[in-house]
Amino acid sequence: MRPDLSIIADLIKPGARVLDLGCGEGELLAHLQAHKRVNGYGLDVDADNITICVRKGVNVIEQDLDAGLTNFPDDSFDMVVMTETLQSVRQPAQMLNEMLRIGQECIVTFPNFAHWRSRAHLLCNGRMPMARHLPHNWHDTPNIHLCTLKDFERLAQDMGLRIIQRFVAGADHRGHPLMSLMPNLFGAIAFYRLGRPSAA
Amino acid sequence: MQNQGAAGNSVGIVVPQRFQAGDDFPLQCDEVLHGFAMVYETYGTLNAAGSNAVLICHALSGNHHAAGYHSEEDDKPGWWDACIGPGKAVDTNRFFVVAPNNLGGCHGSTGPGAVNPETGAAYGPAFPTVTVKDWVRSQALLADHLGIRRFAAVVGGSLGGMQAMQWAIDLPERVGAAVLIACAARLSAQNIAFNEIARQAITSDPQYQNGRYRSTGSKPNSGVGLARMIGHVTYLSDHGMGRKFGRELKSGDIKAARDVEFQVESYLRHQARTFSQRFDANTYLLMTRALDFFDPAEDFGGDLVVALRQASADFLVLSFSTDWRFSASRSKEIVDALIAARKNLVSANIESEHGHDSFLMPLPRYVSVFKAYMERLAERAEQEAADAP
Repeated sequence: MRPDLSIIADLIKPGARVLDLGCGEGELLAHLQAHKRVNGYGLDVDADNITICVRKGVNVIEQDLDAGLTNFPDDSFDMVVMTETLQSVRQPAQMLNEMLRIGQECIVTFPNFAHWRSRAHLLCNGRMPMARHLPHNWHDTPNIHLCTLKDFERLAQDMGLRIIQRFVAGADHRGHPLMSLMPNLFGAIAFYRLGRPSAA
Repeated sequence: MQNQGAAGNSVGIVVPQRFQAGDDFPLQCDEVLHGFAMVYETYGTLNAAGSNAVLICHALSGNHHAAGYHSEEDDKPGWWDACIGPGKAVDTNRFFVVAPNNLGGCHGSTGPGAVNPETGAAYGPAFPTVTVKDWVRSQALLADHLGIRRFAAVVGGSLGGMQAMQWAIDLPERVGAAVLIACAARLSAQNIAFNEIARQAITSDPQYQNGRYRSTGSKPNSGVGLARMIGHVTYLSDHGMGRKFGRELKSGDIKAARDVEFQVESYLRHQARTFSQRFDANTYLLMTRALDFFDPAEDFGGDLVVALRQASADFLVLSFSTDWRFSASRSKEIVDALIAARKNLVSANIESEHGHDSFLMPLPRYVSVFKAYMERLAERAEQEAADAP
């Protein structure tokens, strides 16, 4: 399994109800169903992805995330997951609110725009950064809301969201000691496990 | 002309069969049928464990002839031959497929054309109102007769999908999966309005004779044809019709406005003609009524979520982008209720220009997701058979 998905899978309790937003080929849900008796749904809009999910026996619903998630009742999932998709939705803050309305907790991952390679790329070449984890040209990228770890944490703070756990990984989705030291500089992919604002 | 019956992807020549239910069959409308006949076809072989049966429910104008041919010379295969056959979405190499003609039909099952044993005359317009729930119960009797305790899947498009939904709610222990294609949880006012126009077209045809046309030797072909024309327009999309017919003329001179016939007119007239020859007026009225009355939530305080909570089946819900008879948003209502009812669910909205009729066509994406889903069910059925004592 993709290393980032196995990091996420480790965060999910057996028997949990999981909603995977932008589930792609359903790898995470298939793994969770097989190994953790997890029940849930994946959402995607890509026709081929949906058929691949079906072949894996994953519950997949064709739904555009930008069209909203109002069809999912409050508190209907234990965990709502969104891997490397937050940066391409139209309203990331609203999305986070929705994820924590539907789920007790959520996990989001996104590419860190402050990774040293991106910084160096912009500084040295004077051009929009492209890298393994940011493979698109500026004009055809689906990533319309790129951010850094600091940006994301500021948003979480403003929204009053609880950051329960944070991991960073390289573009290969593996960890490295430097990353925990200076995550915003050396982490290519950020993982956040978030909870609702504590009732204060 | 020889048909493709012998080709590898057809079920070939099929022979309709007949099931006779002897016991009284009480209907939802409180009337009772003193037994009934149901014609059906089957394709493929039921495995020893009985785990690989699939029920195909037909739509408004369908019947038991879902796949294959009736003779070597038969030039038209069954109505869903695109999806039923060896290696097709409903793979007859793996599934035992049962396709009945619904009660009230006009192709052999007991319906308005049958003789009422109480009067010795044909029922005609006096044939009792049948509902989707009645159909489910009558199909269950056929399943008993065939030794099928539980269907691996109950599958249908349009009104057929409604039967599949009702099956899953009414007989949860007998449905492994329900496949609901281009369907709705109930009809909208607009849907009912179109049905009413179709019914008015039939009943206002002088040949209809208050439904007693059989005994008077008349036939309300123009009314039935008109009803079909109205229905047919709602089955296609504006764009699809434009692509197929445009403003092409079949004949005449449009500048002189003489004897003008557009291609689309000619097409509709042809549809009307052929349909009125093969379909009974009273059955058409009855089928549209069954559609209008369908509302599985009704028994559960109008709450579709509660209704679907009864089901233990997995669900596949498919809709088509240009379907306006039962649009994608109607399928989404079902999907949302299934989410709230926490059912196993796959849903997809297929891009297609063919409107409601898309469900009958071998559209690549449609077939691919449908086939992938059915393959999982076939694997499950085969696993169940292997695990059986």
